[in-house]
Amino acid sequence: MKLIFEKSQQGRRAGTLPSHDLPPAEVPEELRRREAPRLPELAEPEIVRHFTALADRTFGVDTGFYPLGSCTMKHNPRVNERVVALPGFRDLHPLQEEDGAQGALELMWRLQEILAEVCGLHAVSLQPAAGSQGELTGLMLMRAYFADRGEGEQRKVVITADTAHGTNPASVTMAGFQLQKVETDSRGNLDLDDLRAKVNAETAGLMLTNPSTLGLFDEHIEEVAEIFHGVGALLYYDGANLNAVCGISRPGDMGFDIVHINLHKTFSQPHGGGGPGGGPVAVRDILEPFLPAPAVVRDVDEFRLDYNRPKSIGKVRGYTGPFGVFVRSYAFIRAYGPELRRMSEVAVLNANYMLGRLKGTYDLPFERLCMHEFVLSARNLKRDHGVNALDVAKRLMDYGFHPPTIYFPLIVPEALMIEPTETEPKETLDAFCDAMEKIAKEAASDPEILKEAPHRRPVRRLDEVKAAKRAIVKYGFDEHPNLRGEPSEGGAVEVQKGA
Amino acid sequence: MGYLSLTDSDQEAMLAEIGVSSIDELFQDIPEALRLDRALDLEPALSEQQLVAHLEELARKNVHTGRELSFLGAGIYDHYVPAIVDAILARGEFLTAYTPYQPEMSQGVLQAIFEYQTVICELTGMDVSNASGYDGTTVAADACYVAKHTTGRTKVVLAEALNPQVRQVVKTYAPGFGLEVVEIPHTDGITDPDDVRKAAEGAACVIFQQPNFFGCLEPAPELAAAANEAEALAVAHVDPVSLGVLEAPGRYGCAIAIGEGQGAGNYQSYGGPHYGFIATRSDFIRRMPGRIVGETTDTAGERGYVLTLQTREQHIRREKATSNITTNQTLLALAGLAHLSWLGPQGLRELGETCMSLAAYAKEQLGLPLVFPERTTFKEFAVRVGRPAQEAIRAAREQGVHPGYALKRDYSGMEDALLVCVTEKRSPADIDRLAEVLAA
Repeated sequence: MKLIFEKSQQGRRAGTLPSHDLPPAEVPEELRRREAPRLPELAEPEIVRHFTALADRTFGVDTGFYPLGSCTMKHNPRVNERVVALPGFRDLHPLQEEDGAQGALELMWRLQEILAEVCGLHAVSLQPAAGSQGELTGLMLMRAYFADRGEGEQRKVVITADTAHGTNPASVTMAGFQLQKVETDSRGNLDLDDLRAKVNAETAGLMLTNPSTLGLFDEHIEEVAEIFHGVGALLYYDGANLNAVCGISRPGDMGFDIVHINLHKTFSQPHGGGGPGGGPVAVRDILEPFLPAPAVVRDVDEFRLDYNRPKSIGKVRGYTGPFGVFVRSYAFIRAYGPELRRMSEVAVLNANYMLGRLKGTYDLPFERLCMHEFVLSARNLKRDHGVNALDVAKRLMDYGFHPPTIYFPLIVPEALMIEPTETEPKETLDAFCDAMEKIAKEAASDPEILKEAPHRRPVRRLDEVKAAKRAIVKYGFDEHPNLRGEPSEGGAVEVQKGA
Repeated sequence: MGYLSLTDSDQEAMLAEIGVSSIDELFQDIPEALRLDRALDLEPALSEQQLVAHLEELARKNVHTGRELSFLGAGIYDHYVPAIVDAILARGEFLTAYTPYQPEMSQGVLQAIFEYQTVICELTGMDVSNASGYDGTTVAADACYVAKHTTGRTKVVLAEALNPQVRQVVKTYAPGFGLEVVEIPHTDGITDPDDVRKAAEGAACVIFQQPNFFGCLEPAPELAAAANEAEALAVAHVDPVSLGVLEAPGRYGCAIAIGEGQGAGNYQSYGGPHYGFIATRSDFIRRMPGRIVGETTDTAGERGYVLTLQTREQHIRREKATSNITTNQTLLALAGLAHLSWLGPQGLRELGETCMSLAAYAKEQLGLPLVFPERTTFKEFAVRVGRPAQEAIRAAREQGVHPGYALKRDYSGMEDALLVCVTEKRSPADIDRLAEVLAA
């Protein structure tokens, strides 16, 4: 398909502006733009067709089943799109005086209260823009907390699990901590012996996803918390998998001191092809003074922004956070009320049902019930038929499904990480399991059909090595290269696809 | 209640298949003591109709720019968002897709990001753009990280005339990055190149804003040259709406261009979600934070797009990654692409000219003393209202006009300074009304 620049015709345009009979603006010569940016030049009908064609070549939850593990691809209710577009929300300036933003502040305050209750913690900041920024914020809180106690120099190390999302170690580095990894035991829990050997007075804290990226709840979480709290360290809960436990078990009750919540996962902010998201942080009372400023507070019947937070880590994002995301997530939660628990129950039921259906066909690394997601391995297909998890993923596309997350977590070879979410009907779960079974049979009877998949998408399998080698990251206009026929080097790269 | 698809008989059949007798049994791995033994203390569920009524009630308590004639800017702007933006963003395929990890499922969104990257490079005169950052503040922290790792230096210099929100965020990130932040005061509303020259010594980068927070045009080429003399990276924080009339940072010596994308395609939305952009010269491509889309071919030789240079990223490099970013702001960046395509090069120039000439008209009509009378300004300018600015704002709002931003909130000695913003959505008649209200 052509790029929008290749459809462009000089002199064509869509938008017009109001004209006023005013003297023209004068930009000083040395600051004036010399060459116009080569923006697309199209009339409105062709712009609309262009983006419609792009939408047609994109697969969303609206299109079909999207069991991308750790991404919680649930239905995004349309009423949330209606309310977020109310002019009182959409056209509100972030620097509007507080008396002119009472509804927005109230909504944020209410959402904070809800998230604190769901997490079993005391205070919430909605400011972080995404899960990864929530992580970084959480680690900054740890730094500030220890600095305040005069232990800033001493507490250098943050421990993560070997099953952790890549964001955890990356955030540890960005926050200026050193990383230490702890292993997973034979049941998929943190290895307590390894942990005890590594936790000491230099430890600032633990970052853990629970249930883990294996979809397993850590059976020793109480002991884990004791080990860290015993040396004065803190526990950080990566909320990527919070969809498993809402109303069932609360991170604060498990012993976690800091939690980030992915509003675009658990609370249904549509992910928009990669964003926006929201990554609020909930904390225990001892950490509240350090939360980002301003805080949204309530004084009797008035809501206001409190900037007077002398111990605050500061601002992590502009204004008070991605407000539109708060509107959608608030609306989503209000549609459930206390029955939010039912959301998590069904998410876990759906996952276990699929696990039950598929564990005879694919290898199951940990023989346990799962939480809201589970990890299978295609190593049996690789060993017996020479097809791998990537081939299975690509073949699933031919059956009309988005593939699961693959090659993650890293400790499971040929991993297929499947998260159905609570919104899928049983028929869809069955159809997906049927396809997975059929693919396993095809691996034996016709492995080539997997290796050459997908067959029914707008493009065939794409060459990621060539993309990285050539690094063509923008349209080159007249000098744009033609990559056709250029040889590539090396095979497919096996990388994490999801989470 | 909620958005579930399961029937009772589905549930029974599924529990039987799993081999458990109740849903509670599925949670057996959670230690008993950690299971919540009560219902969540949340307000009762609302039906869709009740939900809409409740949210409408909250929305009514906000005074939005349709209820008040607004001249409030200071980083977030009331620009016109064309109808095609709403229509395109409402497409469920874009709205409800995740990050395009599986390119064959996501060619549309990947191509859109590739087009967005191209548009950002065209606007800024740079070689590489990522797929977007969180907002106009965090991309400044990203730029500092790139500069630190490129130069091996740990000092970053910020112009005081850079948006205070941006400076605050950089300062929050700095300790973790191991950075020291130095600020250069403004001189009569702009940054003095000599001050930059001194401060840039031994610095990783210098960040200034064009037009700056006061709306004044900085001597940007001179600021970039002063940074470059000290071998610090020159970083310009720019307004996309200005880039039809103002020179691209890549053409006057900047290494990195960053900015808040909101004015191109996004509503004000009480501060977000919006998108930040970051674009650099090609030298820094492997230091770039966040997602990047690249062009390639499929096994049949057809052109296609994938996430590329992933060896920079957290899911491969983990603790050695160039950033922890996974989520970006694709949908908001797509809105930017749609808006800028709707404008085209000519429309973008006219937009800049329109804002600028309306602002010039406002300066004249208000007849108030300018805080920085010597300066050329773009769509914002600071005036002295002869009393505490917050008082003037209160009085004007009682008459249905929001006259602007009180600079005192961020700058000492600016007690009576009001930052007035004029976008293309205001008419000369609106401006006359502002003048009338402020004169009262």
